[in-house]
Parts: sequence; structure tokens; C-alpha cells
Amino acid sequence: MSGKVIIIDDEPLARSIVVEYLQHFPDLTVAQVCSNGFEGVKAIQQYKPDLIILDIQMPKINGFEMLELIENPPAVIFATAFDEYAIKAFEAHAIDYLLKPFNQDRFEKAIKKWRDQKNNAAGEKQTRQLLDDVSLTAPQNERIVIKDGSKIKIIPIQEVHYLEAADDFVKVFTKEGYFLKNKTMSHFEQVLDPTQFVRSHRSYIVNLQQITRIDPYEKDNHVAILRSGAKVPVSRTGYPRLKSILGL
Amino acid sequence: MATSPLSVTRFRIIFSICWLIIFIDHVFLLRWFGLSWSTAVFDGAVNVVLLILCSLLVIMMLQYYLPQREKYFHLLTWCVLITGMVILFTQVILKNVYAGDKEYISFFNHSLWVRTSLDFLLIGCIMLISVIWYNWREQSEQEERKQDAEKLAKEAELFKLRQQLQPHFLFNSLNSINALIGARPQEARKMVQQLSDFLRGTIKKEEHQWVTLKEELQYLELYLDIEKVRFGHRLSTKIECDASLDEMKLPALLLQPVMENAIKFGLYDTVDEIEISLKAAKEENNLVITVTNPFDPETSVPKGTGFGLQSIHRRLYLLFARTDLVSTASKENIFTTTIKIPQT
Repeated sequence: MSGKVIIIDDEPLARSIVVEYLQHFPDLTVAQVCSNGFEGVKAIQQYKPDLIILDIQMPKINGFEMLELIENPPAVIFATAFDEYAIKAFEAHAIDYLLKPFNQDRFEKAIKKWRDQKNNAAGEKQTRQLLDDVSLTAPQNERIVIKDGSKIKIIPIQEVHYLEAADDFVKVFTKEGYFLKNKTMSHFEQVLDPTQFVRSHRSYIVNLQQITRIDPYEKDNHVAILRSGAKVPVSRTGYPRLKSILGL
Repeated sequence: MATSPLSVTRFRIIFSICWLIIFIDHVFLLRWFGLSWSTAVFDGAVNVVLLILCSLLVIMMLQYYLPQREKYFHLLTWCVLITGMVILFTQVILKNVYAGDKEYISFFNHSLWVRTSLDFLLIGCIMLISVIWYNWREQSEQEERKQDAEKLAKEAELFKLRQQLQPHFLFNSLNSINALIGARPQEARKMVQQLSDFLRGTIKKEEHQWVTLKEELQYLELYLDIEKVRFGHRLSTKIECDASLDEMKLPALLLQPVMENAIKFGLYDTVDEIEISLKAAKEENNLVITVTNPFDPETSVPKGTGFGLQSIHRRLYLLFARTDLVSTASKENIFTTTIKIPQT
């Protein structure tokens, strides 16, 4: 059972030890080693690996954010030093997680675990589940990472004007227009700071800092006018919610 | 339990002198009323000795039982009782000794009320002074305990702040060593040594709280060497420090967390190679340390003095009671942290 592996870690020696351990598996080839998430996204698209060995704390975008940018993420084994917020999620859903420093035996166990699970094809679903769990934790609630064509965009949460539901995606509106993110409205409602972002409508979440005024609209509804001039619908149930947070 | 006022030599002397004066006064007063020397001295002695015994009783009693503020009227009851006892004993002793002296007995009976009120006043005074003394002692002891507790808490907090060690750093360093053992064992050994020296530095005790800039920079160098092994070519550092500043003082382990913060901020906010610089200078009577790191102004929004500098802020506040010693600034893509350390 052969396979392609990609290693993504920002520390050179951490990458080299994984390469060294992988030499014990002649059927596994290292397609590429990457030193950050951007390189990782590119390499995964290019090589379609069977397995990635991924660090979490990395420059610009962390391991979880990188995974979010990949449509069909391959099986993941995390290799991390210590992650106060992610360990719990690991225990539930990752194929395996290696706590640095780890030895050859421990590494082989992780590979064996992956091979056992590959046969029942549960891997991808697990990775998705894992992402849902960890995306509820910091720093995912401080910024949104989005793939815009071949570019990767990091949007600090303060710069989001509002969010709009669009089928399976959410449109994230900023001063540069909108970006699509493959998450649900209820996900953002959970993650975003409720004192800053309010679900004004079934299909809209609005950044309170951006609102300049709220006008009545048709009979029972209202509309929030943003600084950018955009109009965000406010529903009958959304209006009292908005009013109470704005202290009206 | 509060210490008795009589445990202080000065107060013991005052106490004795006062009673001597009262005794002499008593004797001369009785002489003035026409009693013989011997009778006056004996009468005075009996009265004063009894009063001394009672005042000792009062002082001791209040040492163990100090009434609460709302129960001060208990003291009045005690005062009356003790006065009654003194008068009773005086009467019994003197009337027995001078049983045949009708003139003296009649004088004693006449002076009974004067004696009672004087004794009452004296015992009242002793009681009042004791209460004030013990209350004051108790309060100052409480104050001392509070100060001790605050000092302990402050020391513990300072120790903790100094000792803060990032588990990320430790485990990743061990992981790098693990990789080096296979490939370059000599370098692995060197890094084990550096890591050990670094860790030893973080657990140093109180007596080394202040160090010279030279020592601190040597220690910092250990840390930077480890980080450079970890991050390879991505990290470079530049330290500018004039030799004339070598002997300036600063709290131990102050610069490493500042540098660590700059490295983390720099390395995780960009994917390029970064340079962290540290500059030391003397301004007026302050040692001024400036640390710069690159960052990406588009994706990070610096908040206040955030970015992990709170512990430095807190430490300098605990040491100098000033909040203006740490400042940060960002210009284009360079983030600057400035730390002032007043020289004493």
C-alpha cells in the first residue's frame, strides 16, 4: 500500500525528523516538505497526497486554517508541541496527534492507525468533524481565512462589515467586496463575539460597529444602513435583538 | 495575643514611679490630716500595695480578654467590683491593726468615700490605658500581618512572572534536539547545554533579582542561539549595546520575554525571513531598551500594549510602581517595543 505524504512544519529540524522516521516506510514517499500553510495549500493541490503531517502553530495561518482552505482534505496526523486549546478536539477526531518530541515507535503507531482507518474510509469525515470542533476556538474567532482564487486572504474580524447566507456558503462582506467561505451562518453566530456581531436576520449577521442608522422598511421590518452605504435587512425577531445590544 | 505594656522596660519604670508618687502623696496627705508618720506610712503602704496588685490583675485580665467595642460597659462593672475589693481589704487590714485606736477608726470611716472615689479613679485610669494599649497593639499587629501577606504575594507574583516559561519553546527545542541527535550529534550536545543553562537561569532565586546588562545579554544570547537552531535561516538577530552600558542594572530575566514576544510576533506574522533587533541606550537616568520586529499591518491590529507584554508591564509596575515604562509603536511594517528601566 503505497502513498504520498506531505510534511508541513515551520521548523526545519521538526521537518527533518519526520522525513527521517518516514524512511522506515519504503512504500511511503515524501512528495514535498513545506514550511508554512501557503506552501502547504499549493503542494496539496499539486500532489493530492494521501496523508499530511501537519504542525499547528505556523506563520500567518495555522494548521487548522490551512485545512479549511482545502476542498477535500486528506487524512491528517498532527504533530505539535503543545496546544492548550486543540488537544481535546484531537482526542475526539484526528487520526492521530503526535506530541513533540516523539520517537520512531510512536510515529509508527500513528502511521499504522492511519492505514487501519484508510480501509474504512472514515478519514475525510473525521477531518471535517475535527475542523468544526476546533474552529470554535481562538484564534479562529479573530480572523477569517479565505481562498480567493489562487490567493489566500486573511480578514481580521473587525474589518468584516456583514455576512450573508448563500446556499452552502457564507458571503463575507468587507470594504473590498465579498468573499465566499464554506461555513454555515450558525457556525459564525457561535464563533463571533455576540457583543460585536448580531444576527439581524435569518440570512444576515451584521457588525454593530458598521451600523450608522436603522430605518423602518415595509410594514414590520427594518433595515440597517452601514457606513459603506450597504443595506442589511433586519427581521421582526432580529430587531429587538439588535435594539437590546445597542442599548436602545 | 498582644504583649503586655509591662513587657516594655520603659513602661515598667513609669508604672513604678507613678505608684511611688501616689504612695508619697498618700502619706503626706495623711500627715496633713494629723496622723503620725508610722500610721500614715502603713496606711499608704496597705492601700498602694493593694492597688498595685489590682492593677496588675486588670492588665493581665485585659491581655487575655479584650471586650469588643459595644461591651465597654463591662469594664465599668469590673472597675466597681475591683474598687470594692480594694476598699474591703484595706478596711479589714487597717481596722484590725489599729483596733484600739478610736481616733484613727473614726478618721478612716470619715475618709471612706474619698478613698473609694480615688481608688475607683485610679483603677479606671489603669483600665483605660490598658484598653487603649491593647487595641493599638492588636491593630498594628494586624497591619503588620497584612503587610507581610502583601509582600509575600508580591514576591510570589514577581517570581512567577520571571519564571514564565513557554511550554511551546521547551517542547519544540527538545524536538529539535531529537532531530539533531540522529543527524548532527555534536550540535545536539551543544543545544542540550544551551537549553540547560537557559533553564537554570529561569529558576534562579530571589537574591539575583538585579543583574548587569552584560549578564542579561549573555543570558539572552543563550536563548537566541536556541531559537536560531529551531527556526534556521528564517531568524536573525542584531544586538547593539555600547560597552559603556555593560554595568547598568536591570531586573533579571526581563529581556528574554520581550525578545520572545518579538520573535513570536515576527515569525508568525510573516512567512519571510525576519530580523529582530535590540538596542540599548542611556537616556537621563534610565536604561532604555528598544526591540523591533517586522509584522504585517494588514492582518494584525496591535491592541494597546498587547501582544504578550502584559507580564512585563506588571513586573515593572510591581518593581517601580510606574505604568509608563513599557511602550509600543508600529510604523509601516515594523513593531517597536521600548522599555525604560530607572537606575537607582
